[in-house]
Amino acid sequence: MNTPARSTAIVEWLRRRGSAIAVFALLILVWEVGVRVAGVKEYLLPPPSKVWTEFWKRHELVMAGAWVTTQEILAGYALAVVVSIPLAMWIAWSRFMEQAVYPVIVFLQIVPKIAIAPLFIIWFGFGFTPKLLLVFLLSFFPIVVASIAGFKGADRDIMDFARTTGAGGLRLFVKIRLPQALPQVFTGLKVGAALAATAAVVAEFVASDRGLGYLLLQYNGQLETPMVFATIVLLSLIGLAVYYAVEVVERLAIPWHVSQQHTAHDATM
Amino acid sequence: MNLHDLGGADGDAAGGRAVEPGSGSVPVARTAVELAGVAKTYRRRGVETHALASVDLAIREGEFLAIVGPSGCGKSTRLRLVAGLHLASAGEVRIGGRVVDRPQTALGIVFQSPVLLDWRDALDNVLVQVELRGLDPSAYRERALELLDQVGLRDFADRYPHELSGGMRQRVAIARALIHDAPLLLMDEPFGALDALTREQMRLDLEALWLATRKTVLFITHSVDEAVLLADRVVVMTPRPGRIERVLDIGIARPRGLAARRDAAFAEATQQITDLFLARGVLHGAGRTGVSR
Repeated sequence: MNTPARSTAIVEWLRRRGSAIAVFALLILVWEVGVRVAGVKEYLLPPPSKVWTEFWKRHELVMAGAWVTTQEILAGYALAVVVSIPLAMWIAWSRFMEQAVYPVIVFLQIVPKIAIAPLFIIWFGFGFTPKLLLVFLLSFFPIVVASIAGFKGADRDIMDFARTTGAGGLRLFVKIRLPQALPQVFTGLKVGAALAATAAVVAEFVASDRGLGYLLLQYNGQLETPMVFATIVLLSLIGLAVYYAVEVVERLAIPWHVSQQHTAHDATM
Repeated sequence: MNLHDLGGADGDAAGGRAVEPGSGSVPVARTAVELAGVAKTYRRRGVETHALASVDLAIREGEFLAIVGPSGCGKSTRLRLVAGLHLASAGEVRIGGRVVDRPQTALGIVFQSPVLLDWRDALDNVLVQVELRGLDPSAYRERALELLDQVGLRDFADRYPHELSGGMRQRVAIARALIHDAPLLLMDEPFGALDALTREQMRLDLEALWLATRKTVLFITHSVDEAVLLADRVVVMTPRPGRIERVLDIGIARPRGLAARRDAAFAEATQQITDLFLARGVLHGAGRTGVSR
């Protein structure tokens, strides 16, 4: 362990994030003090400390619910990734797929997916499947649309250069088309990740006997507002974790793109 | 300086065909690239557009040939026809006697934009040329570094495109076009996007590089100065649909370097090309600018 290097890294992180953290802490403090001073009723707006103590009392139950919801998010999202990226490639390569399937996808994208959730209950009951499918459905479209744009969007001059090398389809794909598509694929992956948590909660709202969405409705019905807040915070944290996980993978997969963005960002500062 | 229009056959095309490989000690340059009646028309809703008028042109082996002309005269299309990236509607393009009917691989190509791959550093951007050809990049590493050194990027081999200036990126693109040592180099306004100073430096460096390799170069530009300073012969194009107006031999001694701008032949050639453009209405003399048209 290189302690001096680590501590400078932490100091550096604090230097960059310090002001944002301070503002966030201040907001919490204003909330806490404001609610107490103004005497706002707890079922309307509980102070943060109350949210924490209530959560801690029942954290085992809530965390179990969180685990259920996390599984739905991860499974549905994974399915969306596995299906949408190969499909996007296929549509980008095949003229038939582009003409026959792509317009259908564009049309279906416009359907408000959340409205389909009740239908899933009719088809698949109250269990895990309808949740997984709704997460899949919401994550699928942004990923597939962005990926198609990525795979089709090869620069004309780059492709002309490539043609003068005589390279065949597979080599072109591996060396040029795939890497140049990745930034857009990751844009889609991040949008999909942000939607995944929403989808899981909505699916649980519609019909469920477990998970954070289910608990949220329960607490809401009993006016246990501190627990409603605790559940919302937990949901946000899960969504954030999924999003950051994708961003970490992006940093590993396309460091050239991430650093390029940073350079552009620094240039505009 | 010899001046001749295309009709007054200077015999280079014929000479090119007459001399067979290894046929003797006569140092007559063979024809590397030949355009015979090459034209390009686009059909759009039944209406034919003549993008390129029929053109006959022969590029000699080891020659630096520049095509200069106004925008829209089809200079770039011409280059793509030579590369086989577009196919001619009429006539034939021949490289080394073989008809071009598909994208050609025995050449290096440089476009106006460097079109580097963002995810590869300068060295790997040069090596992508050999990788796409299915060759072992490690065998070309030394040569790639040498080329980067020659284009002045010795210390930038590990930099990514976004860390390089526009001129540096174009230098990488030039190194990429040379790594596989193809006999023909096609350059489509390679310095068009660069500032004037960078452009002058690139011009000087390209001449040095060319003198060291003596590849056949087809160089497209809209800069009269650049064409005259670099080329052995300058082909002057008319406006759309782009006929060959005149072919000028540029007799300035090499290496031309910076001194060439003071050469009488430079002034004469640029003056002649300017006069041609004036006569064609590509340029307007004072008093006829803007308002009168």
